[in-house]
Amino acid sequence: MRALLPTLLALAMAAPAHAAKIAMEDQSQIAPTPAKPDSETYFQPPREQDLPDDAFGQLVQQGRAIFINTRKYAGDHVGNGMNCTNCHLDQGRKANSAPMWAAYPMYPAYRKKNNKVNSYAERIQGCFQFSMNGKPPAADSQVISALSAYSYWLSTGAPVGKTLPGRMYPAIEEPAGGYDLARGKQVYAEQCAVCHGDNGQGQKVGNDYAMPPLWGKDSYNWGAGMHRINTAAGFIKANMPLGKGGALSDADAWHVAAYMNSHERPQDPRLVDGSVEKTRDRYHANDGVNLYGKAVNGVLLGQGIQ
Amino acid sequence: MLMLSLQSQAADGQKIYTQGAANPAAMACATCHGADGMGLAATGFPRLAGLPAGYLSKQIRDFRSGARSNPVMQPIAAALNDEELEAITAMLASLPAPAYPLVDRAQAAEGAGAILALRGAWERNVPECVTCHGPGGTGVGKAFPPLAGQSALYLKSQLEAWRKGTRQNDPNDLMGSIARALTDAEIQAVTEYFASLSPEVTP
Repeated sequence: MRALLPTLLALAMAAPAHAAKIAMEDQSQIAPTPAKPDSETYFQPPREQDLPDDAFGQLVQQGRAIFINTRKYAGDHVGNGMNCTNCHLDQGRKANSAPMWAAYPMYPAYRKKNNKVNSYAERIQGCFQFSMNGKPPAADSQVISALSAYSYWLSTGAPVGKTLPGRMYPAIEEPAGGYDLARGKQVYAEQCAVCHGDNGQGQKVGNDYAMPPLWGKDSYNWGAGMHRINTAAGFIKANMPLGKGGALSDADAWHVAAYMNSHERPQDPRLVDGSVEKTRDRYHANDGVNLYGKAVNGVLLGQGIQ
Repeated sequence: MLMLSLQSQAADGQKIYTQGAANPAAMACATCHGADGMGLAATGFPRLAGLPAGYLSKQIRDFRSGARSNPVMQPIAAALNDEELEAITAMLASLPAPAYPLVDRAQAAEGAGAILALRGAWERNVPECVTCHGPGGTGVGKAFPPLAGQSALYLKSQLEAWRKGTRQNDPNDLMGSIARALTDAEIQAVTEYFASLSPEVTP
């Protein structure tokens, strides 16, 4: 192997002159695939009952438990009230809800978000840092091992490196005229508040959230992908209200996504020199459609929870 | 002053529950729902004890208006005035109810009922029941009542009512769309599952 390496490197360096351009897919702005019509089925992950009851199966089950009840089983790395399954429905299986079987086979991959080629472990670390507002576990930790094993198992039989239909959330076009917060507020009251609370605070059973908070101190932070209106609109359109995905019009999904993301939430951990403006310039200005660092109703968004 | 009036409300609630309201058409709730508010499972009269006051009062108002159709409850609900309604529901919410274990979705799900309750049937857009009804089906807030230990017959009659459309007072048709996606066998299984959950045994 050692003897080969210099040769391989030389080949790699020589290649660009003749080879086709290699496109590095930007994983922070994933190009969506069109949703399949209902008549066709999406990739089917293996059934729970087919999981072997051996060491591998147990690691997968650990991953599943963390996925469902992240605060309970990986609490050291969760700084809010969220669980993976809040945004990756049906325990990471549901098509058009960013299922794990469509994500796992696409890594390692370049992500503009951190301007590097990320391993799957690094991708999960990103989830902890932003969506879970926590301190990410080490790449070789039990938590990452378990979550990776769970994702790997869900991906059984999926092609490596080929985008599957149902990956991520569907793309929603920005309505003509952009977002309408007043309409978003109305949609929220009619469709969302019954579960997520009148003030987006979620609902608790004991110390744990049964329905997650959508803004405020216990929700995802400003660095999470979900803070983008376009991303949230896609999630909402395909998956919300729970069990009634597709019920909202594209425009209403956009408006309510904007309404949700026009409230404060914990600060972006990448805050630059304590400045919201600098942070917007570096990380949010070219990141889909979002309100970080923008003034809404005279109030600057992105100041975090005071 | 406020404390006194609250106290008299609570006293009224207990009295109405066991003796009936001012209007005799509102007979004593205890007759069907049991002296302890735990219902009569075998006949399908549901447990009311420990249910959220907000949920209970919405149901009584919905019986009155017909948004929830029930020939037995409708005249009773119509005969209660608002003050009596608030008093009974506050009293019921404060009654002790068994502590059911908070079974979360990480647990194994064996059998059709447990699978629906803990995993759902997402190919038909049916979320696992506990997502909304709380771990172990112990209820969430005032909109999602407890299912744990509730009468199987009652739960079944409600799912069928949503499926048929005779009960339409669920927010946003959330239960209607779920019930319409379930088969008879699934309704049987999931209602038996919740009815069979036992309270935690304190040593």
